[in-house]
Amino acid sequence: MTAARAAGYAALVAVAVAAPFVLPQYQSQLALLWVMVVLALSWDIVGGQMGYNSFGNIVFFGIGVYATAVVQRDLFFDIDEYAHAAGGVASQLAPLEYLGGLALGLVLGALLAVLAAAVLGAGILRLRGHYFAICTLGLGIAMGEIAGGTDYIGAGSGLVTPLFPELLGERNRFFYFYFMLLAFTCFGVLGAVYRCRFGLALNAIRDNEDKAEAMGLRTTRYKTIAWCLSAVFLALAGGAYGNFIGFVDPVDTAFAGPTLGVWMILMAIMGGRGTLWGPVLGAMIFHVSREFLWTYLLGWDRMILGLLTVLIVLFLPLGILGWLRGRTAGRAAAAGVKPSAAESRPSSSTSQPPLSESQP
Amino acid sequence: MDNIQLLLQAPVFSVQLLVDGVLVGAIFVLAAYGMALVWGVMNIINVAQGELVILGGYVTWTLFTFGVHPLAGIPVSAAVLFFVGWGMYRAVVFRLVERDLFVSLLATFGISILLQQLMNHNLVFGPDIHSADPGLGSLLLLGGDIVIANIKLAAFAMALAVAAALAVFMKRSRAGRAIRATAQNNRAARLMGVDTDRVYALTFALNAALCGAAGALVVMVWVIHPFIGIIYTVRSFMIVVVAGIGNVAGVAAAGLGLGAAENFAGFILGAEFQAAFVFTLLVVILLWRSFRLGRRRQVLR
Repeated sequence: MTAARAAGYAALVAVAVAAPFVLPQYQSQLALLWVMVVLALSWDIVGGQMGYNSFGNIVFFGIGVYATAVVQRDLFFDIDEYAHAAGGVASQLAPLEYLGGLALGLVLGALLAVLAAAVLGAGILRLRGHYFAICTLGLGIAMGEIAGGTDYIGAGSGLVTPLFPELLGERNRFFYFYFMLLAFTCFGVLGAVYRCRFGLALNAIRDNEDKAEAMGLRTTRYKTIAWCLSAVFLALAGGAYGNFIGFVDPVDTAFAGPTLGVWMILMAIMGGRGTLWGPVLGAMIFHVSREFLWTYLLGWDRMILGLLTVLIVLFLPLGILGWLRGRTAGRAAAAGVKPSAAESRPSSSTSQPPLSESQP
Repeated sequence: MDNIQLLLQAPVFSVQLLVDGVLVGAIFVLAAYGMALVWGVMNIINVAQGELVILGGYVTWTLFTFGVHPLAGIPVSAAVLFFVGWGMYRAVVFRLVERDLFVSLLATFGISILLQQLMNHNLVFGPDIHSADPGLGSLLLLGGDIVIANIKLAAFAMALAVAAALAVFMKRSRAGRAIRATAQNNRAARLMGVDTDRVYALTFALNAALCGAAGALVVMVWVIHPFIGIIYTVRSFMIVVVAGIGNVAGVAAAGLGLGAAENFAGFILGAEFQAAFVFTLLVVILLWRSFRLGRRRQVLR
C-alpha cells in the first residue's frame, strides 16, 4: 500500500468516526448508511464476483434478525410476563445483560446463517442462471411467509427487542459505531479475499463455470464458501438491525425482500458489480439520495425505485465504476475495437485483482 | 395434523379439495402458457407476469363497479392487457431480447415493482382488497356433500377454450407460424422476411392478454390486491419448469396438478401456510430436477 493510499484510507476513517459527532441529528441515517454498505458488499460476493444473481440473500439477514431477537428474549425475559403481555412488552435490561444477549445472539445468528447457507447452498448453488435467480427469489419469500406463520417467533405480530439501556450512552451512536466497524471489517475481509486465489476462483466461476471445473477447481465448494461468507456479514448486520429498529416484523424488518432485498442488488449494480469499491459507492449514492430526495416524493418513492431498477439495468449495467473504467479504457485504446459495455461482463482483468499480486 | 385424520375419516372431503383444486388450476395454466410463450420465443422470463394478472383483474373489477357482468370482463381484460403488453414491449422489453439473462430478469423485476406500486397508489386502484362476485351460484354433487362454485367450472371451461384457441392459432395462422419460426431460429426467420420485432411484440402482447384473462377469472374466484402478483409469477414459472417450454399438454397437466396440491396443502397445513407452500414447492422442484440432472453430470439450463 502506498503512502497516498494509506493517507486516503486514514482520512476516510477519520471522516467516518467524526460524522456522528458533527451531524448528531443524522446519526440514525448514517448508521443505516453502513448497513446499506454491508448489504451491497455482501451481495456482491456472490452476485458480482461469482456471477450468481441471488434475489434471496435477505434470508440470511432475516435469520440474523430473528436469532438475535429470540436469544435476547429467551435469555432474560420472564416468559410468563412476556406471554401475558402478548408481545407488547419491552423489558429494561442492565447494560451487561443487554450486551451479553446481543453478542450471544449475533454469534448464534451468524452460525445459523452459515449453517443455512451451507445446507441450502449444497443444493441451490447447483442451479444456474434463471433457475438460481428465481429459486432464491422463492426462497426469500417462503422464509418470510413461514416466519409470519410461526408462533414461537411471534408470527405476524412480530417481536419487540429489549430497550437499549441508558447507561450505555446514546443508542443511535452505539449502533452507528457497530455498523461502521462491521462495514470496515466486511470491506477489509472482502478486499483480502478478492486479492488471493479464492477471489480468482470466484471470477473464474463467473466467467465460465464449466471451464473452471475442468481446470480442477472444486466449484461447488468455492460457491458454498462464498455464500457462507456473504451470510456471516448479513446475519451480523441483521441481528443488530433488529435491535436498532426496535421491532421485528417478518416481512418489513427481517425478510424484507421488497425493500432491503431489492436495494442491495440495486446498490451493488449501480456502483459497479464485480468490483470492491462499486457496492460501497452504490450504497452511498443510493442511501444519501434516497434520504434527501425521496422524502419529498412520499407515496411515489417505491415506484421510482422500480423505474430506477429498469433504467439502471438497461442503461448502466456495469454500474458507475464499470462505466468510468470503460471510458478510460476506450480512450486508451482509441484505435482498437471498443468492447460493448452492454453485452460483455466485466472480465477478470479489468476488475479486481491484478494477477501478479497473488502469484509469487 | 388433525386435518389429515379428518380427510381419512371423510374421504368425500378430499374429493371436494381435489375438484376445487383442479378447477382453479386452470387459471394458473393460462398465465403459465403466457410465460412459456415468452420464454420459448424471446428467451425472457417475465417476472412481472403476476402483476399483469392482477392488472387484468383490476380491469374486470373496474367494469364491475360500473355494472358490467364480470364474465363480460374477461374479453375486455384480455384486450386491454394486449395493448398494455404491446406498450410494455415497445417501451422496455424490446431492449431485453438477446441480452444477458440477468438484465431481463432484473428489468422485468423492476417493471413488476413499478406496476405493483402504481396499482397500489391511491390515485389508481388503492391498497384495498377487491373481488367481483359473478353471482352464478353453486352446483351440489353427491347429495350435497360436494359443493362446486359454478364460476370455477366456468373458469375451467374458459381456460380450456382459450388454450385450445391458442393452440389452433399457433398451428394454423400465419402469425402463429411466424412466431414458431422465430422461436426456432430468429436469424433464419428474419432472412425469410419475418419481421421478428413485430413477432416479439405480438408474442409479448399475447402473453399479457392471457394474463389479463386469467386475472379476470382470479377476481371472480378469489380476490385481488396490488401486492399478491408475485405468487402467480412463481406458479407460472414452476409449471413451466415441470412441464418444459414447448409442452402444451404438460403445462395443462402441471397447472391442474399444482392447483390440487396447493388446495390439499392449504387444508392440511392451514391457510396461513398456503403461500409458503407454493414458494417452498418451487425450491423443492428446482432442487429435485437439478439433483436428477446432476447424477448425469448435467445442469438445468
